Amino acid sequence: MNEKFLPLLATIAVFVAIFVIGGLLYNNFMSTQVLGDILADNAFIITAAFGTTFVILSGGIDLSIGSMIGFVGVVIANLDLAGWHPLLAAALMLGFGFLFGALQGLIIDICDIQPFIVTLAGLFLLRGACFMINLDSVPIQNGFVGWFSGLGIPLPGGGVLRSSAIVMLLALAGGIVIAHFTRFGANVYAIGGDRTSATLMGVPVRRTTVGIYALGGFYSALGGVIYAFYTSSGYPLAGSGAELTAIASVVLGGTMLTGGVGMVAGTLFGGMILGLIATIIIFNGTLNGAWIMIVSGVLLFVFIVLQRSLVGSLRMRGAA
Amino acid sequence: MAQDAPQGRRFESPRASFDASGPKKPGDGDEVGGTCLEQTIVTARIEMLGVSKAFPGVRALDGVDFRVEAGEVHALMGENGAGKSTLIKIMTGAVQGDAGEIRLDGQTVRIGSTGDAQALGIGTVYQEVNLVPTMSVTKNMTLLRQPKRFGLIDWREARRRARQRLERLNIASQIDVERPLGSYSVAVQQLVAIARALEDDTRVLVLDEPTASLDANETALLFGIVRDLKARGIAIVFITHFIDQVYAIADRISVLRNGRRVGSAPTSELPPLQLIPMMLGRELETTERRAASESSAIHGEPILVAEGVGRRRVMAPFDLTLRPGEVVGLSGLLGSGRTEVAKLVFGAIKRDSGKLTIAGAEVKSASPARSLHLGVAYCPEDRKAEGLFAELSVRENIILGLQTKRGWLRRLSFDAQQALAEAMIEALGIATPDADKPVGQLSGGNQQKVVLARALTSDPRILILDEPTRGIDVGAHAEIVALIRKLCAEGLALLVASSELDELVAVSDRIAVLRDRRKVGEIEERAIDRQTIIDTIAGART
Ligand SMILES: Nc1ncnc2c1ncn2[C@@H]1O[C@H](COP(=O)(O)OP(=O)(O)OP(=O)(O)O)[C@@H](O)[C@H]1O
Ligand SMILES: [Mg+2]
Repeated sequence: MNEKFLPLLATIAVFVAIFVIGGLLYNNFMSTQVLGDILADNAFIITAAFGTTFVILSGGIDLSIGSMIGFVGVVIANLDLAGWHPLLAAALMLGFGFLFGALQGLIIDICDIQPFIVTLAGLFLLRGACFMINLDSVPIQNGFVGWFSGLGIPLPGGGVLRSSAIVMLLALAGGIVIAHFTRFGANVYAIGGDRTSATLMGVPVRRTTVGIYALGGFYSALGGVIYAFYTSSGYPLAGSGAELTAIASVVLGGTMLTGGVGMVAGTLFGGMILGLIATIIIFNGTLNGAWIMIVSGVLLFVFIVLQRSLVGSLRMRGAA
Repeated sequence: MAQDAPQGRRFESPRASFDASGPKKPGDGDEVGGTCLEQTIVTARIEMLGVSKAFPGVRALDGVDFRVEAGEVHALMGENGAGKSTLIKIMTGAVQGDAGEIRLDGQTVRIGSTGDAQALGIGTVYQEVNLVPTMSVTKNMTLLRQPKRFGLIDWREARRRARQRLERLNIASQIDVERPLGSYSVAVQQLVAIARALEDDTRVLVLDEPTASLDANETALLFGIVRDLKARGIAIVFITHFIDQVYAIADRISVLRNGRRVGSAPTSELPPLQLIPMMLGRELETTERRAASESSAIHGEPILVAEGVGRRRVMAPFDLTLRPGEVVGLSGLLGSGRTEVAKLVFGAIKRDSGKLTIAGAEVKSASPARSLHLGVAYCPEDRKAEGLFAELSVRENIILGLQTKRGWLRRLSFDAQQALAEAMIEALGIATPDADKPVGQLSGGNQQKVVLARALTSDPRILILDEPTRGIDVGAHAEIVALIRKLCAEGLALLVASSELDELVAVSDRIAVLRDRRKVGEIEERAIDRQTIIDTIAGART
């Protein structure tokens, strides 16, 4: 058994355990219906988190995700008002996300500024832009959106794999291929593992950094598209705080904030764990919604501690 | 032509009796350069002409010519900070020179990045292992040139190639290519780095202090490989501070001093007695085993007593005593537990058994901070990972230990810091323009000196040194040995872990011998010599 899969397996085990706990608490919890709903509800944020995974793998951080989700929705809704087809608007916004991310990456590398600062500026910029365009929610009228969000593949047991979840799974497949089967992906791991060494080994650091943030921008724009289609609207406050949820998903998925270690697939389960916790607490009905955050926080903390000890044991063996 | 040669080309030492730019030797490094260009008869494999490089405050290289033939092992020698690493970094694209030209097989080439160098067939292993520890061995070895199938990386093939490369060095059996590189010892990582640097079309292989962390067997293994590569016509540049290794493997030696090349000669024509003054610009006093009479400083009660100190799966319980003025050496092969003993005593690894007494008081829960307060200082083996803060200045790094001991509330005044730092720079001969230079920008050996300086400023009663002279040049080596003796004469107790037997023999009053993470013997003062240590390590005596 390859030890690099250990964090992923741990994440999956936690997911399964929480799912079983839910099943023990509530009769009809362990069903494909609940699973399908969790996937659909969290598809936008998990998709965006795939992009964040690359950024964190490279040792960086992207705070502009939530604003990107909001901005994409607002623009699509307004283009809809202007008569654009939603697919065309979505394509435009995916391109925008990619370029915006690339620009962030370029600034980070050329000016040698911490990604935290650059993407924080991106966060303000995009959120501000949302409010420049709209102050209120704008519905998307085009029938395509309603039809698209109604699509789904029936699952055994009565559940449905909704279109948003399908897009997310496709995005995951793309992410896995990029991370593990392309040179770009290997370079991301190298930069995150040891930047100086990567440079000396000949990794094109600038090109890769730009690519990483471009990918981050693309995935968060895709998350924005999923969200806009799923809710059939554009709302300037949509996705507030999503960047932190995305980071939490990545960390719960076994990716180390220090960079270089982790897997895109883990992020799916990390995001699902957060979704599960929310669902369980909502299922209860009597529990205060604040518990969602508290339980998520505790889990996150436990995970980080586990990670640290894992790294520690690796170091020990290295010294031997 | 000898007369036109710029000053720095000839070496000034009176003992060196030949002139590197002698006109009779065609193909000699100095034939090329200036007006003699057309006369070059044999085209060199790689040739650097008039290379200069300045960093803020330092002229790292000043018009250096350097020439390596195909099938030649060329040793590049010089003091710490002489510019060796910088020269080969320019050759391999990691640093851009300010002036100069590089020719590969007679063709002028532009090497703008390490990628360019690789594409041209110049493989490099830089000083300090420089692969990515979090990635698997396969990923490290195939980075940027992974085999592809249908546009995607074919990992099965990549693993096969990685194994094949390791096979060439006969180390494939010890290494699981799927494991993260960081889970292996520094020595194995070093070998992996070499395996990585070797391509089928490698024309030049550059090894910057590749043996600094290898033991004798591994060095022998490496040399076997180097001879093999040499036979295949690869030009090899070899940097080291181990003089005997140079004579074991190199065909030709070039010496740098203060960023200038002071000479080149075939190894056979340049005996060590001439080489060392050429490197240092002065003579070197020989270091002999210290006489028993000198050891009379050892007195009184032990200052450190370890009884049955150990930790499960890390180090079997051991006893160790240390008296003021005494030097105790820790000897053993790589992985025998030298570092572990040092760290257990210092508290950097928590013991789970035994009793540790320092200066008469029992240390219940040892920790680095506690040890510092008790007057124990420690220089770690791996300066990159544990020893230094690369972004902090030389001064800040030096005063860190002292500041920790004093507590952060009682800050040293800036002037006091400056004075301390300057005293240390002076005492250890750290080559830096000023105390404010970030440590990461010093040469490898000078970084090591800063580690030592830091331990010394905290004015310890007990000093623990792990591989104190790794990467340090012969001159500084002698100075450090002298410094160690002086400190011991003043009553310092010293624990030195080292893989260099000669060093241990030179300084130790007693040597604890380790094997497989247990202490297998102790050699007393009178009995100390190379052979006894080797025999004890091998288990012939205990
Ligand atoms: N990135 C840098 N920035 C500033 N100065 C530097 C940098 N790299 C090297 N130097 C300086 O250039 C000089 C030559 O350093 P170099 O690393 O080439 O020495 P070296 O001969 O390899 O020494 P060692 O034997 O200690 O490895 C030193 O004075 C060093 O401080
Ligand atoms: Mg060097």
